[in-house]
Parts: sequence; C-alpha cells; structure tokens
Amino acid sequence: MRVILNGKPRETEAASLAGLLAEFLQAIGAPADARVATALNGEFAPKGLRASLKLNDGDRIEIVAPMQGG
Amino acid sequence: MRVYGRDLPARIMVGTALYDSPVVMAAAIRAARPGAITVSLRREGAQGAASGARFWGQVQEICRDTGAAVLPNTAGCHSAKEAVATAQMAREVFEVDWIKLEVIADPDTLQPDPFGLVEAARILCADGFKVLPYCTEDLAVGEKLLQAGCEVLMPWGAPIGSARGLNNVYGLRMMRARFPDTVLIVDAGLGVPSHAAQAMELGFDGVLLNTAIAKSGNPEMMARAFSAAVEAGRLAFEAGPMPVRDMAAPSTPMAGLAFRWEG
Repeated sequence: MRVILNGKPRETEAASLAGLLAEFLQAIGAPADARVATALNGEFAPKGLRASLKLNDGDRIEIVAPMQGG
Repeated sequence: MRVYGRDLPARIMVGTALYDSPVVMAAAIRAARPGAITVSLRREGAQGAASGARFWGQVQEICRDTGAAVLPNTAGCHSAKEAVATAQMAREVFEVDWIKLEVIADPDTLQPDPFGLVEAARILCADGFKVLPYCTEDLAVGEKLLQAGCEVLMPWGAPIGSARGLNNVYGLRMMRARFPDTVLIVDAGLGVPSHAAQAMELGFDGVLLNTAIAKSGNPEMMARAFSAAVEAGRLAFEAGPMPVRDMAAPSTPMAGLAFRWEG
C-alpha cells in the first residue's frame, strides 16, 4: 500500500495507523514511545484511536513532535 | 498577569525558535524570566530522531524552575482546518489546553487571516481550548474573537520578525480603550526593548516576542533588557504618565529667582 507520510510517498505493510507509526519510529531510530501526535487525512488522530484507524491506499498521514516555536 | 484563571509570573512571553543552539536558548529564556514560553510542532524526524523530545525536556525544566506556562502555537497554518488539527495535536503532545492560535493569510506579511482565525477560535473554544489568538488591531475581528469565547487578544505590533515596533499606535490605543477588561498582549514585530515599553505604557497587559531576542547580538543580555523594559513600561502605565503639552513649562520654580526685579 502506498501512503503519503509527512508529505512523502511511502510503501507500507501496516494495516493501522498504530502499525505505521511503529514502523516509522523504528526506521528513523526514535523510541517506540516517542512523544508524537498524528493526523490522518487532515484530521487529528488521537493516540487512543491509532490502533483502530485502518489505512487505505493514498491516505495522508502526519506524525509531529515538539519543536521550537515563536 | 492573570490569563485564563492562571497567574503568570511575568508579563513577557518569549519564543524558543531561531536560537543558535539549545544552550543559548535556555540562557536567554531564563534571563527573560517569562510568564509563558511558546513552542510548536513539526514533522518527526525532520531534525533528527528524538530532537523534539530533547527540546521538550529542556522546556519542561525551564518551566519547572521559572513557573512559566507552556504555550503551543499553530504557526504556519493557513486554514482553520489545519489550525484546529494542529491545536488538537499540540494538546495531546504538550498536555496543555492553551493554544496560541495563528491562521496566516499572507506569506509575505504573515498577516492573520481574520476569517479563518475566527472560525478556528469558535471550534477550539467550544472544544475546551484556552485560545490566545494572534490577530491585528481590527476592533471588529477582536469583537468576533471574544464572542467566539477567547478571553485574550494578541494583536501584532508589526509583521512577525520585522522589528518595526508598533506600526499603528493609534489602532492599538483604540483597541485598549475598546476592550478595557480583556487581556491584551502585543505579539510580534518588536525589535528593541523600547517597543515593548511603549506597548506596556499604552496599557497592554503583556508582550510576546521571539526574534528580537534570538537574533540579537547577545540573546541573554537582550532578554534581560526586554524583561526590564516590560516591567518599566508597566510601572509607568500604573503610575500614570503626565499629560503631553505643546509648550515648555519650567520644572525649577520661578519664584525667588535671582537677578529679577520684584517691585
């Protein structure tokens, strides 16, 4: 399945948002419990719902973390 | 300053961006002794794995030591939908319901989009957020934001990062007069401490700035200068400045002046 993750195309076998997040964090070397938030197709995807949110081809996913801001 | 029922330890709020290093950032923020510290969200991995976690740990430590509040922003959002989703993500990540709401209309001026701003404010206030909207000095928009549930308004002094100071003193004065009981914070465009002092002398409750400190020659020293200016401006406002005159008025008493005929 091909999704758009953080603005870039990505092939994934993950069926759920939780699975994709785990796959992504491992790939970049971040801890599995990294402090991040997620959005699916422009809508906030709360932590508690990630496991139940199924992915579809073409889905747009955002995974964000704390960053400096003004 | 009391904001959404919370007493903040100072009237100056500072950002965490644009510093040369985390060490410089921490020193400057501690020197500012701020009431709130702004933070943001960006894509994980964009600056290396776990860099966000390290940054967040640093901010938490500063907040513990200083009593400052954490104020996440929605910087960079260009629609109400983006801003709402970003605010919701920020609430989960930072575990606070405060949000500095930015909905940007124009890439050159970074001027707020008043329509998207009011729409997002309505949604977020209804969702339990404590919204601090980055707006202009437009009174009609301010009224709409208050009707949406905001208890704070944050008009710009000038475009973000421009260092131009208070571009529309008349408009800001009108805003202060129109909303006498609302917490008003000048956000953006300040360049030097006198700009902050001027805002405080106008009766604004606080100021929020980032670039003027971070991009100064010595951020720690400039943070101290801004902190002192905010305090000075507030004291001056509370003391009540003398009226402006067109003509001179001698400060030294004329009575008893030597070499004058008193017949």
